[in-house]
Amino acid sequence: MTILTAFVYLLAAVLFIVGLKFLSSPRGARRGNQIAALGMLIAIGWTVVVLGRTFTPAGVTISVAGVAIGTAIGVVGARRVKMTAMPQMVALFNGVGGGAAALVAVSELLTLSGSRPDFQTGVPSVFAIIVGGISFAGSAIAFAKLQELMTGTPLTYPGQQLVNGLLALVIVVLAVVLLALTGQPAVFVAMLVLALMLGVAFVLPIGGADMPVVISLLNAFTGLAVAASGFVLNNFALIVAGTLVGASGTLLTKLMSDAMGRSIGNVLFGAFGQAQAGPEGGAEAGDRSVRAGSADDIGTMLAYSRKVVIVPGYGLAVAQAQHAVRELADLLEKRGVEVEYAIHPVAGRMPGHMNVLLAEANVPYEQLKEMDEVNGQFRNTDVALVVGANDVVNPAARSSPGSPIYGMPILNVDESRNVVFLKRSMRPGFAGIDNELLYDPKTIMLFGDAKDSLTRLVAAVKAA
Amino acid sequence: MSGQLVTEITYFVLAIFVGFEVISKVPTILHTPLMSGSNAIHGIILVGALIIAAGAQTPLQVVLGFVAVVLATTNVVGGFVVTDRMLEMFKGRRQPGSGGPAADGLPGSRSDRS
Repeated sequence: MTILTAFVYLLAAVLFIVGLKFLSSPRGARRGNQIAALGMLIAIGWTVVVLGRTFTPAGVTISVAGVAIGTAIGVVGARRVKMTAMPQMVALFNGVGGGAAALVAVSELLTLSGSRPDFQTGVPSVFAIIVGGISFAGSAIAFAKLQELMTGTPLTYPGQQLVNGLLALVIVVLAVVLLALTGQPAVFVAMLVLALMLGVAFVLPIGGADMPVVISLLNAFTGLAVAASGFVLNNFALIVAGTLVGASGTLLTKLMSDAMGRSIGNVLFGAFGQAQAGPEGGAEAGDRSVRAGSADDIGTMLAYSRKVVIVPGYGLAVAQAQHAVRELADLLEKRGVEVEYAIHPVAGRMPGHMNVLLAEANVPYEQLKEMDEVNGQFRNTDVALVVGANDVVNPAARSSPGSPIYGMPILNVDESRNVVFLKRSMRPGFAGIDNELLYDPKTIMLFGDAKDSLTRLVAAVKAA
Repeated sequence: MSGQLVTEITYFVLAIFVGFEVISKVPTILHTPLMSGSNAIHGIILVGALIIAAGAQTPLQVVLGFVAVVLATTNVVGGFVVTDRMLEMFKGRRQPGSGGPAADGLPGSRSDRS
């Protein structure tokens, strides 16, 4: 590495750090992303310049074609994706990074043509292959769960921990063989395959509701895999940028699980939602009656309230009902009703997801209240209108220590005078847990697609 | 242990501390964009992918290099673009602040993409 290259990479690293700093404040967030992107452009552009004449003819072709194809996939994917599908898109972009890190290490080991790698190359290569592989496959499963290509409920089977443990053990044995005995491709290719399997096995038993935490963790994994590739290639830019992401991603993972009131270990290994009775099959659910209301009744109730708090959840996002909910809110405000939105930290699929969706529908910022701010106000609220949310208002989190969500901070909508749930069915939320509040005498259900229900409510309020 | 390795380990350790420090105070609403933004930053692996692609000679190296470049470019480009799209929403909502909610605007006119 020449001195000039070192300085260019240093500049890029500074831009990444400044970018991350800006990204953590609402005001500068967008500029922060742009600053980081500029740093990236500088680092990559300079790398191409330095590599210059060393490119083989085939190297030029695959680089140009690869960058063109990757750019097309990235831009189209990122631009076309619906705001609701944002989390799985992030998972996908993360996974491919991990895959690339693993391939870089594989490629470096191949240049040794079978001889044992020295410690300095071997250790980071092994790390990049294993961690990159886990991140790639794990992200793919996270994507599949969020995209509902497969069930979001945790997949468990007897002896699962044992199987996962064995997989990990074999990987470690292969790593030792590679470092101590031989650099045969069979060894590290087998290692990569097993790492991919471990990635799948690792994410399968984790419920869909916990995917944001998993994605954040895998994001940190990819960062570390990238840093490891940096050690393999002796590349300063990879080491610094990868480590930055590895460290900040780890902290972010912890912040996210804190927001859900759980430990990272509990999220990853708790097989969330595994134990409680099945949602439909539960006899207790069948016995109790719920009160289903008509849109007219509920509309009238809303129109003559003094204060309404709207609790949006993922159901609102799925139904693309953010514009409809704003229309209802505007209408109520014109009638003098005080309207606020209560945003649970993990409403939607990811922290901040709901804020993004409502901002898209031009909901005024001042009306969005965070949990701590709004929880004291439910006592003075006439109607809490829960739109497609469930787990984040489930009182079981406060009252039943046996519940998987026990201890998670929730919105205390049960304290308001009336609760209206807009839900598609009696199906429990993403965590698969029955909600007592649905059977409460002061709760009224309005079944149907969130957008349709809201449109009917708008008509009812207009008529009232 | 070579001097270069020592230097690299130094960078590594210092970067860990910077990484923790730089996001230690971040509001919940920014968790998702921040994750997405840092996700884009590890797209720096494109630098590594280009290095192995540049030297590719055997068919196997060519295939590996090509796949690595595609994956890494997807990571970096998609990561930054998707983050920008999320943050675009944040910026837009400060303007209608004065003079009450912009209820009479054209709904969805600004965000017709989704």
